[in-house]
Amino acid sequence: MNLEWRWDFAFEILPQLLWGTVYTLMAAGIGYFIAIFIGLLFMLGQRTRFYVVNRATREVVEFIRSTPLLVQLFFVFFVAPQFGIKFSAWNAAMITLGLHYGTYLSEVYRGALEAVPKQQWEACKALNFSVSRTYGKIILPQAFPVALPGMGNYLVGIFKDTPMLATIGVVELMQSANTVGSLTYRFLEPYTMVGIIFLIISLPTAFGLRKLETVVAKRQGISKK
Amino acid sequence: MDNKENIKHEPLVRFHEVTKRYGSLTVLDKLNLDIQANEMVSIIGPSGSGKTTVLRMLMTLEMIDEGVIYLEGKPLTHMESNGSLVLADEKHIRSIRSNIGMVFQQFNLFPHMTVLQNCVEAPINVLGLKPDEAEERAIDLLGMVGMLDKKDEHPSRLSGGQQQRVAIARALAMRPKVMLLDEVTSALDPEVIGEVLSVIRKLNSEHNLTMLMVTHQMGFAREVSDRVCFFYEGKIAEQGPPSQIFEAPKNERTKQFLSAVLNAN
Repeated sequence: MNLEWRWDFAFEILPQLLWGTVYTLMAAGIGYFIAIFIGLLFMLGQRTRFYVVNRATREVVEFIRSTPLLVQLFFVFFVAPQFGIKFSAWNAAMITLGLHYGTYLSEVYRGALEAVPKQQWEACKALNFSVSRTYGKIILPQAFPVALPGMGNYLVGIFKDTPMLATIGVVELMQSANTVGSLTYRFLEPYTMVGIIFLIISLPTAFGLRKLETVVAKRQGISKK
Repeated sequence: MDNKENIKHEPLVRFHEVTKRYGSLTVLDKLNLDIQANEMVSIIGPSGSGKTTVLRMLMTLEMIDEGVIYLEGKPLTHMESNGSLVLADEKHIRSIRSNIGMVFQQFNLFPHMTVLQNCVEAPINVLGLKPDEAEERAIDLLGMVGMLDKKDEHPSRLSGGQQQRVAIARALAMRPKVMLLDEVTSALDPEVIGEVLSVIRKLNSEHNLTMLMVTHQMGFAREVSDRVCFFYEGKIAEQGPPSQIFEAPKNERTKQFLSAVLNAN
């Protein structure tokens, strides 16, 4: 077993890892996009006055939030087919990520909506706004800056959770490194590089998100201290 | 002819046997109150007497438990269905609510909009005004309340008194038939109360607006009101012209309240 870092080997496997990175980014991006909408549905479900829908949504959200992503992933990919519901590894991954992070995002939305003072709703009523204008023009624009940090956290979170997709055979960055390792018996370079690639992407993203928060807050005229 | 006479004397706002409860607590107890067009009515009384609830009921911010509120003779809180009155739905309320404007204790401006946007948003979206029409109207009103030079600022950059003047302009931009002022100076620093009161004074004297005002500013209520209503435990304990209420109150509660308030000053 050779523990010496080999640059030539590192450069040799780099294209393969970068290709895996593209899939990792796609998985995180598409999964997050789905989660944004599922989160919205969950949030609306928890705010509705229809008791059955309200109750059911709460239970589902609580259930998903209280079980590990990996278990859900295995369930959708390995167990669901036994009930006749078959997904490709990629689709299973997108569904699971979307649902899992959708529940987190619904909580972020809920918190952000509740952060808008109830007097803002009353001002809207006094000006006779319709419900959709109230949401669209007054409430959501104020809730958005509040939701942004939480949404940003989960974007980075979903990105860092993508290596789990390797367990069901989605060929993303982690899986690419696994393949390199099992073919060459060299693990030092591929896994180190995976870590570094994640770092290189996560850090600027987090920084960019913080910048975005400031910009949005400023545009909204809400001074950030 | 008789009928016409009737319409003429129809009050702009009528509370008919209005009751509001929070759980077991009765906040308004079979309230009857008429407000004539162009009248300035002040509501005074100890806290918890239901003063603010009167305004909130008329603005439809609270559900009514019993009774009916009429605006220009038409039921606001109720609508006719098969010949009887049932609780109004959102659609019915929205068809009438634009006639009522309200200014809040905490201003409640939209923080993410500039002063001007605050004043044009509802006229454009609710009344369907063209943007330039709405802007013209807003600029007029901002000029009247002395806030035109701040029209591009966000509310967070304004003092309380300035925010409240913008809130008044915002409510006026809807051209309401009746304005509700809910303790509009209570959240203000003493040195800026005057600027808000002078705007209200102007509305009263120059624009002849119908106003219903809940206030703790006894001097101001006495100066501008056509009628003062003293509320006690969800009822009007005494009402009349300011001279009567402040100089020769008949009700024991009114006397107690006024002496307590005036001594505190």
